[in-house]
Amino acid sequence: MTINQLSVFVENKIGSLVDVTKTLYENEIDMRTLSVAETPDFGVLRAIVNDPEKTARLLTDAGYVCKLTPVLAVAIDDRPGGMYRVLQTLEQHSINLEYTYAFVTRTTDTAYMVLRVADNEKAIQVLQEQNIRLVSAQEVFKL
Amino acid sequence: MEHYFQPEIERASRDQIRAWQDERLAKTVRHVYDHVPYYRTRMQEKGLTPEDIQSVDDLHKLPFLTKDDLREAYPYGLLAKPLSDCVRIQSTSGTTGRRVVAFYTQHDIDLWDECCARAIVAAGGTRDDVVHVCYGYGLFTGGPGLNGGSHKVGSLTLPMSSGNTERQIQFMCDLGSTILCCTPSYAAYLAESIHERGLQDKIKLKAGIFGAEAWTEEMRADIQNKLGIKAYDIYGLTEISGPGVSFECSEQTGMHINEDHFIAEIINPQTGEVLPDGEKGELVFTSITKEAFPLLRYRTRDICVLNRKPCSCGRTHVKMSKPMGRSDDMLIIKGVNVFPSQIEAVLLQQGYPANYQILVSRENNSDRLEVQVEMVPEMFSDSVSEIAQREKELINALKAMLGIYAKVTLVEPKTIARSEGKAVRVIDTRNLY
Repeated sequence: MTINQLSVFVENKIGSLVDVTKTLYENEIDMRTLSVAETPDFGVLRAIVNDPEKTARLLTDAGYVCKLTPVLAVAIDDRPGGMYRVLQTLEQHSINLEYTYAFVTRTTDTAYMVLRVADNEKAIQVLQEQNIRLVSAQEVFKL
Repeated sequence: MEHYFQPEIERASRDQIRAWQDERLAKTVRHVYDHVPYYRTRMQEKGLTPEDIQSVDDLHKLPFLTKDDLREAYPYGLLAKPLSDCVRIQSTSGTTGRRVVAFYTQHDIDLWDECCARAIVAAGGTRDDVVHVCYGYGLFTGGPGLNGGSHKVGSLTLPMSSGNTERQIQFMCDLGSTILCCTPSYAAYLAESIHERGLQDKIKLKAGIFGAEAWTEEMRADIQNKLGIKAYDIYGLTEISGPGVSFECSEQTGMHINEDHFIAEIINPQTGEVLPDGEKGELVFTSITKEAFPLLRYRTRDICVLNRKPCSCGRTHVKMSKPMGRSDDMLIIKGVNVFPSQIEAVLLQQGYPANYQILVSRENNSDRLEVQVEMVPEMFSDSVSEIAQREKELINALKAMLGIYAKVTLVEPKTIARSEGKAVRVIDTRNLY
């Protein structure tokens, strides 16, 4: 139960993100959430999009360096402590968390976390043991 | 008043210098023909025997020697004395694969030291001076050369080597350094640092001997003003001996070549034709007194002009201009020789593409090297720390190859300017020449 996350290399300069998002817009790519990690010189845009393979192809053709990475998405209660439970579970099983970002939707009381961990299989197992619900790509885009 | 280390040589008549050169050239050619198979083969290919080289007029008959030839001959191919007679090696800063290694007998060290001593005395040095050497010591010839010269003069020598600016300034203040020897960019940096600390009244410097990289007259004026000294240029290359091949006198209008040891020619770099004095071209040296590593007609790739007009300092040896450029793509950054091919080799070895650009600039009189590399899928990761780690490995590999720090900037694909399909490799904004 993983989701393909799209990552794009962008230089840390004015207009970089504008160009990427323009390509997505022109090709009617739907983006559910994104996060940008940055250094003084460059950034990595990470996004959950409706058709990651197609998007990666489009961006590569447009001259970008992209990558698809299987990540986990979990549903949590949108209230204090929701995120803590997830992170605590990973920590207790010594699963290294590379990064995470979260998003909410308009229609439910549920929030969602994207998790990039060192070991997806083990993380899935321990999260399910704690009754933390993993969500599929289809579900994310039905929201 | 002008001072000389060896007045009888430095002020010798032109006829005397010519007589020394004729005799020593013939002797050196005979020596390498008898002892270095490489030279013998190259001369035989041209149908030459040592008898064909009787004087400087015959020099043009000999084939040129290039840096590539020296690399091919690494390590012992051009050695003209048994190793048991050699006492030292020095080497050029990093090159792809093979370095150039130069060998010295004690005689060779002595004459190299004498050349440096001439430079120090020309800059006003005496046995009462404190010579502060912050060129690097080690394989680089800068430190050992000026160190040896200072010993010959009898000055108190401070073998500081490079780096640790704090300590440099402290010793300068506490031990009363009077003559500073380093690269001009480091001199400028020291001058800044001394001013920032308000220590300009605590230093006793009177002169500086600065070389190993190109510098402008503006930079000279800046250093002279800030440190209250007279700044002298010095030139040399490991292949020929090291610093002191030529040096500036009080006139500061070019560097006197030690012609009793080295014959200078200016050639057209395209055709190899020897050009008359006063014309701009590539400088070629023949060493005529060295035992272990004498080079015949070595192409320096430095573009300059020779000037034989009498000099007000009284020296009779020919003067060369500051190098005005290179006939190859070598860059001199922070005094270190850098070839773009070295940077390319490191990039490829680290898994990066050959789509790169080298930016060289000078900020606050200090050289800055930046390598921009285009990102490729193989080097990309969704993890910033992974990319940063690879970037760090690249910086370390560049440092290991070049000996200097290069800032690495990763850029998006196809963003490096290309002219006629080929990337513009080097952008040097220093305006050195």
